[in-house]
Amino acid sequence: MTIVAELLQFLFARKKYWLVPVMILIALVGGLLVLSQGSAVAPFIYTLF
Amino acid sequence: MHIIGISAYYHDSAAALVRDGEVLAAAQEERFTRRKHDAGFPRRAIEYCLAEGGCRLPDIDAVVFYEKPFVKFERLIETYLSVAPRGFGQFKLALPIWLREKLFQKDLLTGELRRIDPAFDIARLRFSEHHLSHAASAFYPSPFERALILTLDGIGEWTTTSAAIGRNATIEVIKELKFPHSLGLLYSAFTYYAGFRVNSGEYKLMGLAPYGEPKYAGLILDHLIDLKPDGTFRLDQAYFDYATGLRMVGPRFEALFGEPARSPEGRLTQFHMDVAASIQGVAEEVMLRLTRSLAQETGERNLCLAGGVALNCVANGKVLKDGRFDRIWVQPAAGDAGGAVGAALAAYHLDFGAARATRNALDGMAGAYLGPSFSPEEIVARLTGAGARFATLNDADLYEATVEALVAGKAVGWFQGRMEFGPRALGNRSILGDPRNPAMQRTLNRKVKHRESFRPFAPAVLANECAQWFEHDRESPYMMFVADVRRERRRAMTAEEKALFGVDKLNIVRSDVPAVTHVDYSARLQTVHAETNPRFHALLSAFKARTGCPVLVNTSFNVRGEPIVCTPEDAFRCFMGTDIEALAVGNCFMLKEHQKAALRHDHAPAFAD
Repeated sequence: MTIVAELLQFLFARKKYWLVPVMILIALVGGLLVLSQGSAVAPFIYTLF
Repeated sequence: MHIIGISAYYHDSAAALVRDGEVLAAAQEERFTRRKHDAGFPRRAIEYCLAEGGCRLPDIDAVVFYEKPFVKFERLIETYLSVAPRGFGQFKLALPIWLREKLFQKDLLTGELRRIDPAFDIARLRFSEHHLSHAASAFYPSPFERALILTLDGIGEWTTTSAAIGRNATIEVIKELKFPHSLGLLYSAFTYYAGFRVNSGEYKLMGLAPYGEPKYAGLILDHLIDLKPDGTFRLDQAYFDYATGLRMVGPRFEALFGEPARSPEGRLTQFHMDVAASIQGVAEEVMLRLTRSLAQETGERNLCLAGGVALNCVANGKVLKDGRFDRIWVQPAAGDAGGAVGAALAAYHLDFGAARATRNALDGMAGAYLGPSFSPEEIVARLTGAGARFATLNDADLYEATVEALVAGKAVGWFQGRMEFGPRALGNRSILGDPRNPAMQRTLNRKVKHRESFRPFAPAVLANECAQWFEHDRESPYMMFVADVRRERRRAMTAEEKALFGVDKLNIVRSDVPAVTHVDYSARLQTVHAETNPRFHALLSAFKARTGCPVLVNTSFNVRGEPIVCTPEDAFRCFMGTDIEALAVGNCFMLKEHQKAALRHDHAPAFAD
C-alpha cells in the first residue's frame, strides 16, 4: 500500500487531482492486463518508458 | 561527503562516485556484464566505484537516481489519455511493465542496494530530475564559473530540451521544451527510417550524412518540424508514431519521403545518404538557432552541453565555429550514462548546498579516465592466465615497439590505465592505426571492427599540434567536436574521383591523413594532453618523432556490438578474435604471430546484432 500513498502524495504535490480517478481506472485495467499476459517483454522499436 | 549517482532501467546504466564534489569514479554497467547498452541495475559498476573510492555502501551519504519515475509515469498516462483510443497498442504493453516493475522503482532500487549492504537505509535514496542530472553533469565538471547550460535529448520525464544558467554552485532553469517535441526523437526517427537501431545507430546516421546532399531539408522543415527563429520547435505528430505506437514513424512520414523505412538488412542507397544529410542539416540549424538566441538573451560567453544530442559532434563543431560563445564544454558521457555523474553532483551542490571548488585542471572529468585500472602485476597475472605470450618492456621500449607496429601498417590494441567513462575510447581502451596509411580505414572497418564500410575514424592529435593539422585551435579532449583538415594538408581530387559518389568516395586519398579524413574533409577530433593522459601523449610524441605526424587513428577497443573492453582478458580475447596484430596492455607487449594458434577465434559473431 505504500506505493498508493506515495503516488497520491505525488499527485497532490503536483496538484494533478484530476489524475486520481484516472489512476484508479488505470490500476483496474492494468491489473486485468497483467493477469491476462504471460510476459511483459514488449516488442518496441523505442521504449519511451 | 560521498554520493553515488545511478542511471538505470532505460539504456546505458551506469554509476558514479562523487567525494566532496569531485568525481572519483564512474563506469557503465555494460563494460562489466559485456552486454552492450545494458539497462539493468548497475550493481557491478557501483561495486567498482566503492572499491575505487576505498569505501563501502554504509559510508555513502546519499544514493541518487538520475530521474523521477513517477513523473515519467504521469507523462505516459497523460499522453495515452490525450490520444485515446489511439495508442492502446502501446498502452497495453507499457502498463503491465509499469504496474509490475517500474512504478516500484524505489523498492526495486532499495532491494538491489540491500544486496550490496543489507542495512541500507531507504532515507538515503534520492531522486533527481532527468534534465537536471544532464545539466549538472554538463556544468559542475566544466571549467567555467558561469555558463549557459543547454541539454537536449530524446526524452526524460517531460522535458526534451532545457536551457539553464549555471553560476558557481547554482543551476537555474530558464526554458524548457516538452514531450513530444524533441530534437533527439526527431533524429532517432530518421535513424529508424534509415534502418539503424534507435539509441545507438544515431552515430551511423551522422557518419552517413557527408555522403549525401541535404535534398530533403526543405521537406522536413515544411512538414515535420515547425522551427521558430529562436530555435524552439514543434513536431507535427501526424508523421510520427513514437508517442503511442510501436514504431518511430507513421505511414504519412514514409509517404512524404516516398520510400518505406529501410530494414536493417536492406541496401543503403544514395536516398538514405541524402536523408541523413538532410536531418543532420536540420539538427544543426536547430542547434544554431537555439544557441544564437540564448547567447543573445542571456549574454553568457560559455556554453555547457549534455544530453544525447550533444554527442552530435558535427553539430557541436558548427556551434563552436559560429562564434557566439568563447568556450564550449561538452560532458564526455553526454548520454544517459552521464546522468549518474550529474545526479550525484546535483545532490551535492543543490540539495546539500555545498560550494563549488574553483578548477585548476582542464575540467572535473579527469580526461574521462574514471574507470577501472589494473596494476602491472595484475596485468601480467591476468594475461598469463588467458594464455598470452608477451614481453614486459620498459616505457621507452614499449613506445618504440608500438610505433614500429603502427608504421608497419598494423592495427594496434592500446590498453592503458583507467577505462574511459562515456561512449568514446580516448586512448586507454583504443585500437590505434597509422592515419597516413590509405588502406587503414578499410582494414579497420572490415577486418578489425567488422562494421559498416562507410564509417569514418577519428584522429587523436597532440594538443599543441592540433592547429597545424586541423582547422581547430582549442582543446577537444573528448572527441566532441568535428573540424576540417587544414587546406594545405588536403589533396585535390581528380575529375574522375570527383565523379564518384556514395561510399566509393571514402576510398579516395584526400589528405595527408586519409584514414581520419571523412569525405567532406571533416574529422572528429581528440586533442591529447600530457596532463590527463601522459602515456598516450608519449606514444603520439614517439610516433611524431619517427614519422613527423602527431596524429593517430583512434577507435574504440571492441568489435561491432561489443562493449568497449574493460579488463586485460577482454582485450586479449578481442585481439585474438580480430585482425588486430599487436597489443599493448600496460607494459606488456605482444604480437599476433607469437600467440598460440589454438586461442584464435572469430570474435565478431558473439556480438552480432
